[in-house]
Amino acid sequence: MKTTAKTMKKTKVPKALKQQILLAKISSILWKIVRGTIVIGICFVILYPLFVKFSVSIMEENDLYDSTIKYIPKHFTLNNYKLALEGMKYTKTFFNTFTLSFLTAFLQLAACLFTAYGFARFQFPGKKILFACVLLTLMVPPQVLMLPMFMKFRFFDFFGIAEAVTGSSINLIDSFWPFLISAITTMGFKNGLYIYMLRQFFKGMPKELEEAAYVDGSGRFRTFFQIMLPSAKSMMVTVFLFGFVWQWTDSFFSGMYLPTFKVMASALSSLAAEVGSRYSDFGGAMNFVSKGFTSMMNNTGVILVILPLVVLYLVCQKYFVESIERSGIVG
Amino acid sequence: MTYFKKRNGKWKLTLRGKDARAGYLFILPFLIGFFGLFVSMLIKSISFSFSNMEVGADGYILTKAAKNGFEHYIRAFTIDPDFNLRLGKSIAKMCTTVPLILIFSFFAANILNQKFKGRAIARSIFFFPVILTSGIILGIEQSDLLLSSMNGEAMTSTEDLESMIGVTRFLTQYTSLPGEIIMYLSNAVTGIYDIVIASGVQILVFLAGLQSISPSLYEASNMEGATGWENFWKITFPMISPLILVNALYTIIDSFTSAGNEMMSSITSTIFTDVKYGYGSAMAWIYFIAIALILAVVGGIISKHVFYYD
Repeated sequence: MKTTAKTMKKTKVPKALKQQILLAKISSILWKIVRGTIVIGICFVILYPLFVKFSVSIMEENDLYDSTIKYIPKHFTLNNYKLALEGMKYTKTFFNTFTLSFLTAFLQLAACLFTAYGFARFQFPGKKILFACVLLTLMVPPQVLMLPMFMKFRFFDFFGIAEAVTGSSINLIDSFWPFLISAITTMGFKNGLYIYMLRQFFKGMPKELEEAAYVDGSGRFRTFFQIMLPSAKSMMVTVFLFGFVWQWTDSFFSGMYLPTFKVMASALSSLAAEVGSRYSDFGGAMNFVSKGFTSMMNNTGVILVILPLVVLYLVCQKYFVESIERSGIVG
Repeated sequence: MTYFKKRNGKWKLTLRGKDARAGYLFILPFLIGFFGLFVSMLIKSISFSFSNMEVGADGYILTKAAKNGFEHYIRAFTIDPDFNLRLGKSIAKMCTTVPLILIFSFFAANILNQKFKGRAIARSIFFFPVILTSGIILGIEQSDLLLSSMNGEAMTSTEDLESMIGVTRFLTQYTSLPGEIIMYLSNAVTGIYDIVIASGVQILVFLAGLQSISPSLYEASNMEGATGWENFWKITFPMISPLILVNALYTIIDSFTSAGNEMMSSITSTIFTDVKYGYGSAMAWIYFIAIALILAVVGGIISKHVFYYD
């Protein structure tokens, strides 16, 4: 035992090799430092505006104009939040938007799952052209279709059924129907992207799983529900998260379909004016809304709008990161 | 390749035929949406752009626009003083930001793919912009003049200027790059926030692609004595190249259709604020054709260099 240990100690590592090892160590440490700096730097760039918004939202207006104050307010106040919560009618708006976003995201997810699975696993004539059509829907800017979409839902009629029954077309503006109809038919916002992502995921799944199920006598739909869906859980969470978030903050479609109905986006964009008009009611002297006040309200409003999203993101985050690790997207 | 077969005097689906039927059933939501909504809207949008529209209480009436219906198109190019400028601006902005977004997201995905402490946290922060910069939030941020002029940002803008001057000086002193490239790079450094927040989805796609490269490729090349640098250019880069195509196209579409795009907001306001339905539709169509052309050119160039493993 002793002798072997001694001989092992005595075997010399060549000098050149030693140097090489040292060099490799140094360069790997250097890379670690550089990488750490870059990662922290980018995280800072992403989080900094959020931090500024938060610090503005707990300031009094005077603090904005005070050049000695940068981030920590001298006059800490929660008054902005109080005003913003009232001005946005927060609880009501929250539930409206939540219902809308949840339903839309859910229907989009369901429709896109079916479509993506169909494209990933079945052979049928015209498949390539149809998939190109999916990408086309992603490519056409919503502005091109904006006017016909509005007209379609303003004078909605499904193959002339409504015309025959009630004598005129149905007005679906100011209801959730336009969103739900476009969600269930995969024509919602960026649904082409979801179909693409899910298709890549299903393509990457081993075929043996389904073949085993078929051999055991399971039908195509049952295989889809019982074999494919459970393993697509993380990807489904990701798509749901995207759908929910993009519906939550969407101002384009909600501005068009819901002109009088309050959702988060419309509440946020009219917040400053709304609160300002109340202010002037009992203040009297304040007839115009100052820019500082507008900015403060906007920042507070943004914090209030994204707060539920942040919570949702933190909950889903585990699945979200997992979905990247297992999706194996290949063009 | 037959989908039907005659058996006992009746036409019946073969196994392939049943497969095709199931495929159509699965993509049924898309088929209804595409042919029921999308195509009809597309056609309507074209017809709107060639006509003048009057909206009544229970419908709308279309009359053909002047100059064989091309009135609105001619107007966009020759009469409207802002249109050409805005179109050019959107395209120029796209040309400068898209390469930067691609390079950044590729780089970020490579870093996030390595193993280090706090990787999970770093990943969740890197994808955070997907939430932060959608729809109204981006709109509010851009319209919030005060935030950029008074609080903090005023200071950062001088800091920005200083850092920009610093970068420019550094580059002119130590490199012999032409002036335009130096300006481009220093603009990129100061505009880092815009680039970072626009690359959430792209990082996601690249990262997923990196994860799907089989480790055995790297093992084999390491056995042969390849360096990390060689591994990157000979394995990682070719294997990821299909996703560069996907991401390039997605980034172009995203930059053209984002809510912050000037062209987009001007089309919306033409239609809903100025109530010029026909003219707005014509603008939207010119814009869409420009996008399609750019996508075709970029896609054609990149797909020539893309490497497919199987």
